[in-house]
Amino acid sequence: MRRLGIVLVAVLALSGCAAQPATAPTASADALEGSITVFAAASLTATFTDLAAQFEAEHPGVTVDLNFAGSSDLVTQITEGAPADVFASADTKNMTKLTDAALNAGDPVDFATNVLEIAVPPGNPAGIETFADLAGPAVKLVTCAPAVPCGAAAVAVAKAAGVTLAPVSEESAVTDVLGKVTSGEADAGLVYVTDVIGAGDAVEGIEFDEAAEAVNTYPVVALRDSAAPDVAAAFVAFVAGAAGQKVLAAAGFGAP
Amino acid sequence: MTGPTAVRYAGVPRWVVAVAALGALFVLLPLAAMVTRVNWGQFVPLVTSEASVSALLLSLRTSLAATALCIVFGVPMALVLARSQFRGQKVLRSLVLLPLVLPPVVGGIALLYTFGRRGLIGQSLDAFGVSIAFSTTAVVLAQTFVALPFLVLSLEGALRTVGTRYEAVGATLGAGPTTVLRRITMPLVLPALVSGSVLSFARALGEFGATLTFAGSLQGTTRTLPLEIYLQRETSPDTAVALSLLLVVVAVVVVSIAHQAGSTRYLRGVL
Repeated sequence: MRRLGIVLVAVLALSGCAAQPATAPTASADALEGSITVFAAASLTATFTDLAAQFEAEHPGVTVDLNFAGSSDLVTQITEGAPADVFASADTKNMTKLTDAALNAGDPVDFATNVLEIAVPPGNPAGIETFADLAGPAVKLVTCAPAVPCGAAAVAVAKAAGVTLAPVSEESAVTDVLGKVTSGEADAGLVYVTDVIGAGDAVEGIEFDEAAEAVNTYPVVALRDSAAPDVAAAFVAFVAGAAGQKVLAAAGFGAP
Repeated sequence: MTGPTAVRYAGVPRWVVAVAALGALFVLLPLAAMVTRVNWGQFVPLVTSEASVSALLLSLRTSLAATALCIVFGVPMALVLARSQFRGQKVLRSLVLLPLVLPPVVGGIALLYTFGRRGLIGQSLDAFGVSIAFSTTAVVLAQTFVALPFLVLSLEGALRTVGTRYEAVGATLGAGPTTVLRRITMPLVLPALVSGSVLSFARALGEFGATLTFAGSLQGTTRTLPLEIYLQRETSPDTAVALSLLLVVVAVVVVSIAHQAGSTRYLRGVL
């Protein structure tokens, strides 16, 4: 091991002064090698960036490239032939689209859940306290459109609470809802718990019991056409395993 | 017919034509690809659904209002820029044309900080009970913001091209500045005004980023056709493609009207 260290130092020194294209040998006997591209839902941006870095640190021969977008965009890209090795969806519906097209290798694994929370601008100018307050005539409420997962969840919780919501805007993405709240244009928005935590001091979160009526489940799967199937499978196991769960829990995600 | 020995001078080397053809293909191929994905059997029901019609009507209404605002403010702006000289004119000209090169989402953020609830002007408006965000007014403002430079630029170019000879003659014959403007200047640049307005209308119709950022998205109030397409893409790609085709057809009609206005030479300055 000491000799290997000396060799490494020598190689590094050489590449440093002579700029020779030297490939340093991997220090551990890790079998995993190759690079994978992970397509993950936009709400996973912070957690998956963190997890990919941890995964790369554990496996020096592995590179993880990340592509974040809305789950339905990602499914479209994959079915149109985008080179992806792992897909992490923000809902089961989009994962089903992928499995229906038989593009998966193995069954999807549920690795996290997320629920809605009310986000209000700092100081809560409209004085929102309960879910029913959102229906107030003077309250400028922004939600997702019912066609997208966060909007479907909003409809479900409103139905469970017996409240009729009249949003001033129905956005296509949860980030747009959050933006309307952080800018102070809206009095309240229905976003995910993780969005409220991610936004820090820019918004205040208000939990409500009916949120349990619409729990969003996040599945992840390795893809059939992966060039590095063992690495892809290892990453899926890593996300669903202890290390992944720790990072996800810290960001506000629930256990599957 | 030219004989085999008579070589007609085309003015353009063949390799240039070849590259030009490639360029044209690059523009046309994606449109053709989109047409191949249209679900023709469902086309009519898809584009006549309540949400689609509501989005189309809102788009046409707001784009017309935005074009009217462009004419009201753009014509004086073009006149001032083309016919007067003052310190900082060049800088002002570049700034006025800025929305042309700004990403629309940046325009949306800028409008938000101006007319939004906590914005520069919006704060005072809010005190008077006037709220612009999430209203159709916000859509029109966003569209006007991005479309105005098109009108100003094409009209200013035309004003510079026609020169001031006729205006000078009119003035020596005793016509006041307003009469000169009404009887000489405006008729001279009318084709450019028409084509500039059509271009502004087209730009307003296609506006997406600033509207999404500043106005929100609610059926019948702020969800214009591009926003409806963006939303439908999530659930019903067939609807999104059908509506996209509708927007392409409208755009083609608009562009051909602009060319019919007979002032393509002014447009060259813009496009």
